[in-house]
Order: sequence, then structure tokens, then C-alpha cells
Amino acid sequence: MIKLEGLTKDYGSFRAVDDVTLHVPKGALYGFLGPNGAGKTTTLRMIAGILRPTAGRVLIGDDDVIRQPMAAKARLGFIPDRPFVYEKLTGAEFLRFVAGLYGQDGQLVERRIDELLDVFELSSWKNELVESYSHGMRQKLIISSALIHRPEVIVVDEPMVGLDPRAARLLKDLFKGFVGRGGTVLMSTHTLEIAEALCDRIAIIQGGKIVAAGTMAELRAQTASGNIGLEDLFLRLTGGVEAKELAAVLEGGR
Amino acid sequence: MLQPKWRTALTRARQDRASGGAGKLVVLAVVGLAFWAAVFGVLFRVLRYFRGVQEIGALLAGKLLSLALLSFVSVLLLSNVITALSSFFLAKDLDLLVSSPVDQVRLYLAKLGETLLHSSWMVALMAVPIFTAYAVVYHGGVLFPLVAAGSFLPFLVLPAVLGSAATLILVNVFPARRTRDLLSIIALGAAAGVILLFRIIRPEQLARPEGFRNLLDFITVLRAPASPLLPSDWVTKAVMGYLGGKMDWLPLYLLWSTAGAAVVLGALVHGRLYHTGFTRAQEGAERFVRGGIWSGALGRLLRPLGASRREFVIKDLKLFFRDTTQWSQLILLAALLLVYLFNIRALPLFRGEQVPFYLVSIVSFLNLGLAGFVLASIAARFIFPAVSLEGRQMWLLRSSPLELRALLWSKYWVGTVPLLVLALAITILTNVILKASPFMMAVGIGTIVLLTLAISALALGFGALYPQFETENAAQIPTSFGGLVFMMATIALLALVIVIESVPVYRYLRAAFDQEPLRISALMIVAFLLVIGVCVTATVVPLRVALRKIEQFEF
Repeated sequence: MIKLEGLTKDYGSFRAVDDVTLHVPKGALYGFLGPNGAGKTTTLRMIAGILRPTAGRVLIGDDDVIRQPMAAKARLGFIPDRPFVYEKLTGAEFLRFVAGLYGQDGQLVERRIDELLDVFELSSWKNELVESYSHGMRQKLIISSALIHRPEVIVVDEPMVGLDPRAARLLKDLFKGFVGRGGTVLMSTHTLEIAEALCDRIAIIQGGKIVAAGTMAELRAQTASGNIGLEDLFLRLTGGVEAKELAAVLEGGR
Repeated sequence: MLQPKWRTALTRARQDRASGGAGKLVVLAVVGLAFWAAVFGVLFRVLRYFRGVQEIGALLAGKLLSLALLSFVSVLLLSNVITALSSFFLAKDLDLLVSSPVDQVRLYLAKLGETLLHSSWMVALMAVPIFTAYAVVYHGGVLFPLVAAGSFLPFLVLPAVLGSAATLILVNVFPARRTRDLLSIIALGAAAGVILLFRIIRPEQLARPEGFRNLLDFITVLRAPASPLLPSDWVTKAVMGYLGGKMDWLPLYLLWSTAGAAVVLGALVHGRLYHTGFTRAQEGAERFVRGGIWSGALGRLLRPLGASRREFVIKDLKLFFRDTTQWSQLILLAALLLVYLFNIRALPLFRGEQVPFYLVSIVSFLNLGLAGFVLASIAARFIFPAVSLEGRQMWLLRSSPLELRALLWSKYWVGTVPLLVLALAITILTNVILKASPFMMAVGIGTIVLLTLAISALALGFGALYPQFETENAAQIPTSFGGLVFMMATIALLALVIVIESVPVYRYLRAAFDQEPLRISALMIVAFLLVIGVCVTATVVPLRVALRKIEQFEF
């Protein structure tokens, strides 16, 4: 459903994403992991059509994000890591606006707005300005906005940040239900327990390159590890040295 | 505490230099120097004239300085109150500073310094050509800059302390975000009131000889200080005393000791009230809003546009009218327009027996340039920031199937339609007041429509070329470098259009003068076609450039 072919992004002389090729099949919940600054957000923003790749291409279904942007983006729901929304709109107005961007309006949209606000427990905030929302509430609103047009694919960057445990659980159930109905999710996260529990397949990116990709069993086989968990796998693949150094610094601080 | 800001400014300057910012610097320097030269030139002539006037010359010069400084005090007070609100209560670094073990007095002094710098730099720059003119005309000598700076610095500190204290008290009464709304309305309302008042008292009447009938009274008024307690009078006394050869130290003592005492008192008040004020500042602004009118009537009206364009237009209008810092500028705009029409009415064109047809036609024609300039200033305020204001939400617009063309289309027409209504109102009203001929009315209406379309496109184009994505306050965006370049480009367009159109207008006046019927010549047609061509180019090219630029934005 999502195909990345030789995807590359340069910022001046710095190569943030380096020749990434990845296939996220339909109906999969795909985890996208990597240390800070590895190129996760840049990759996801290229998939969403926000950034133009320096080289390579992104396909959503059969549609190229650069060549057929309208068709590709109409299938996609993007949830960014930083919830910037129009402060002077109410929650309902924001969702109505987003539905409008996808060419949808009318009673169906109004019903969908009520439905989503209800699911995310924002109904009582429906007619309040976003500027009075907390960080978590904004995150919930953005997740709702990514679902308002019933996308086929969800690309999500750090979805759990700022969510309370109840909302985090809700989101997990929501993603499971979404892929169960044939939807596709590509999710970047630092919460390895969530990735391990939720994701069918996982890709790990470091220094802009995919260093491993596959199911947990495949990852273990690729790294010739025994029956270890995702956290150990991740540290092995991305250099556990830094983690040890960090632990040493923290120990020293005591 | 100020080091991060200082370092940021330095880095930004370095980056600007690295990315070919030299041209930007040259443009800013040229515009700044031209402005200084103009202020200096006007004041130099006035002061030289005063110097030649026996008895009251020095008094007049002193009074003029005192008046200029008094207006500075009022401007500084207002701008300090508004700036203090941001620097003391809404700035992003406050969470870090307040949670750190930073001494209250140090925090106060750092934030006071920041407030002073942000609110006073423009006044300080404005003061340079003023003091220079006094120094040149009254032979101030090499020590004059020291005297001027020594008296002007404490003069700047006082309004900063008073403004910050006023803000501190206000924030303790109202939530900070409400205070900001309140202040922007008060500030702009006050400015509009002052402009209207100043115009309605018709200062040009003072230039008439009958205004000087009572010389003794006049001198008495000149000798009396506005108030012996005002720091502006102290600066005047210090400066004029030095220039008159009798240095009076008392005003300087007063200035420095009052500024010092004010800072101490300010720090004490800050220590008492800051924490509660800061806590209140975390409260949100209004929560509930009425949205019925927007989605109801307007939604139905815009239905033919389709869902995406309609929702975009409605969203833009909602954001504009819900942001006090944006719509409150309309108050000032209304006052300026009233003054504009009042000025046209007050023109002494119809005093004599005969209606001066040529004068009316020429004023009506030149009025196009002036109206164009007014429209450009409005476009700079409201259309130029449009692209910048979308910056933070660009993730949403770019990841959705919204065509960027539709975004630009919406931004363009949301700005252009009200501007067009305004442009037509100004042109038709002024031409009616001037009793202009149908030919001039037709030329005026046709040209202003074309100019408005072009000015809007230029504003949007330059707004996209020089975006300010990090600015939170929309009112600051037009004062950026891009805003300046936009104004310069628009003035060039206005000049070009007026020069080309002067050909057919001259032919028309000539025919009227010779009492012959107007014959439409090929030259006239070519001139009008050229104007259409120039305006259409100035509309299409900036919009295309804007579209390309928006497509290239990366977030």
C-alpha cells in the first residue's frame, strides 16, 4: 500500500534520508523506529507530501505522491508529532475545515464530527476554541482530523506523546480495528513496548538508512540474536554504546 | 538571561549575510538614510527659520523639541505597555526562567532591558536626525552627542518602567491574553482618536496671518513648560540650555535620579506582584464563540465555490475576526480614511467664483496615486501576512489533497474583495466631492480596479517570497524587510501607471482648455492598453511566483 523507492532527502550537504526502500503492505500496522535524528520524521513528511524528496519516489496504492498528489493524498491521513492547529477555530470547526480540504461536506461530515469527538471524549469541548485545549486534547483533535475523511492509509509520527493512558489505549484499539478492516498504518514511535505489541512488521532507521526491516522473528534472524525483546534488538542495531554512556552519565550525577 | 537572544540575533545576521543578505542590508540602509535625511532636512529648514526670528526663535525651537519629546513619551508609554505584556508574561523563555533559581531582580532587569529595547528602538532612531538638526543649526559642538545621549537614555528608561508596571497591574486584574486584546483595541482606538482630533482642529489654519494676532499671549504660551514634572521638559531644558550656552545640570540630575528611583520602585512592585500576575497569565482567553453566522449565511452564499474553497474562505474570515490584533487595525484604518476624505473636502478648490476645472481634474487624477498608496498600506497589513500565517499549519494543507492554487485563490480573493470595495468607495466618493467630470470618474474607477487587483497580487507574492513563519503576532509581519520591498514595488507600480496615464489625461484637459470635443486618439488608446498590460502583468506574475514559492516551502 505504501511503497518507498530509493527515497533520499538532502538538506544542503547533510543527507537526512539515504536511499530508503520500504514496502508497507495493505492491512499491515508497520512500526518505524529509530534514534533521535535518524530521519524518521523526514521520511514520514515525504510520504505525506509535505517535503519533496531529493531523489526516489513514494507510492500510496498506485499513486505517486509527487506526480498524482491529489489522488495519493486523498487516500492518506497524516498525524504529525507537533500538534499545530488554528488556535482561533473551535474543535468542530477545525474538523469541518479539514473535511472541506478533502472535498467533503454536509450532514455526513457533521455526523462524522460528532462521532469522532465522542470517541475521543471531546464532545463537551466541541464549540470551544482550540487555544483553550491542552496538549493531549489537541493531539486527539489532530488524530480525529486524520480520520475525518475515512482514509485508507494512516501515517503517524509519535502518536502517543501527550495522550493519557485511556486515550493511548483507545488509539491502540483504533489502529488495530483500522488494519483489521483492511486499512494500513505506518507509525513511528519511541515506545518500543507499543511497537512490539502492536506492529506486524518493523523497520529500523539509523543515519538516514534502513538498517533492518521485517517481522520480529525476521529481525532476530537478521541480527542473529536469540529470543530477545525489541528493546535489546533496537539497541543492538542502533548502537547500545550510547545508551550505556547515558546510563553512566546518570549514575555519575547521583 | 539576555545572552540567548543576543546570540540568536547574531546568528541570524550571520545567516543572512551567508545567504546573500547584503542586498537586503543595502536596501534597508538606503531607505533608513533617506528617511533620516528627510526628517533632518525638514527640521533643519524649520530651525534655521526659527533662528532668524528675533526674541521668540529659541523659544519656538525649544517648544518644538518639547512637543516632539512629549509625543515620544506617549508613544513610548503605549508601546512599552504592549511590549511588556509579551516580554514579561507571554514570552516562550519564561517557563524556563521562572522555574530556574533566578533572582527576581535579575529577571526584572533583564526583561525590563528587553522591553526597553523592543519598544524604544524606533523612537531612538527617530531622535537621531532630530538632535542632529538641533546640533547643526545651534552649533552644538563635539560634546553635544554626549549631552543628548545622556539626557535621552534616562528619558527612555522612565516610560519602560512605567509601562511595565502598568502591565503588571493590568495582568493582575485581567488574564494576560485578554489584556493583550484590550490593549490593542485601546492603543489603536487612542491613535485613531488622536489622528481624527488633530485633523479636525485644522492645524493649517494656524499658518494664516490672523492666527498671530495676539503675540504676547503667544509668547506666554511658548515660555510656559507643558509641565515642569514631565521628563520631556527636562530633556528639552538640558539640551536647549547646553545649545544656548548656559548648561543647566538640574534637569540631568532629575532625569537620572528619577530613572534610577523608578527602576528600584519598579523592581519592588515586580517582586510583589509578578508571581500572581504570571500565574494569571497562564489562563486562556475566551473559550466559547459563536459560529452560527459563519457556517449559516456565509456557507450558503459560498456554496458554489465547492467544499474546499468555501471552507478555506470561511476559515480565513473566522481567524481574522477572532484575532483582536488583526481586526482592531480596522479602527485605525477607518480613522485614516475619514481623515483622507476630510482632507479632500478641505481642499480650497471651490473658494473662488469659478470652479477650477483643471485643478479638480488634476487633483482627481493624482488622487489615484494617493488612493493606491492607501490601498498598498492596507494590503501590507492584511494581505501580505496571509501566507506567513499559514506556516505552522502547512503540514495539514500540504498533506491534504488541497490544491495550492486553491489556497492562493482563496487568500487572494479574501483580501481583494474588501480592498476592491474600499478602493471603489474612496475613488467614487472623492470624485463626487471634487465634482470631477464623467471622463475623470471613468478613468479613476477603471485604473483603481486594475491597481487594486495588482496590489493584492503583489502583497501576496512578496508575502510568499519573504515569509515570516515564526512570528506569532500578525501585526509585526508587515514591518519586516519583505513588507518594505512590497511597499517599494507598489510605489514604483503606482508611479508607472500615473506617468503612462498622464498622456491621455493631458489630452483630455487640453481639449477642454481649447473648448474642443475630446477625440480619442491612437496614443490615448495605446496608453490605456499599456496601463492594462502593466497592471495585468503585476497581477499575474506575482501570483505565479507565489504559487511556485509555496510549492517549494519545506517544513
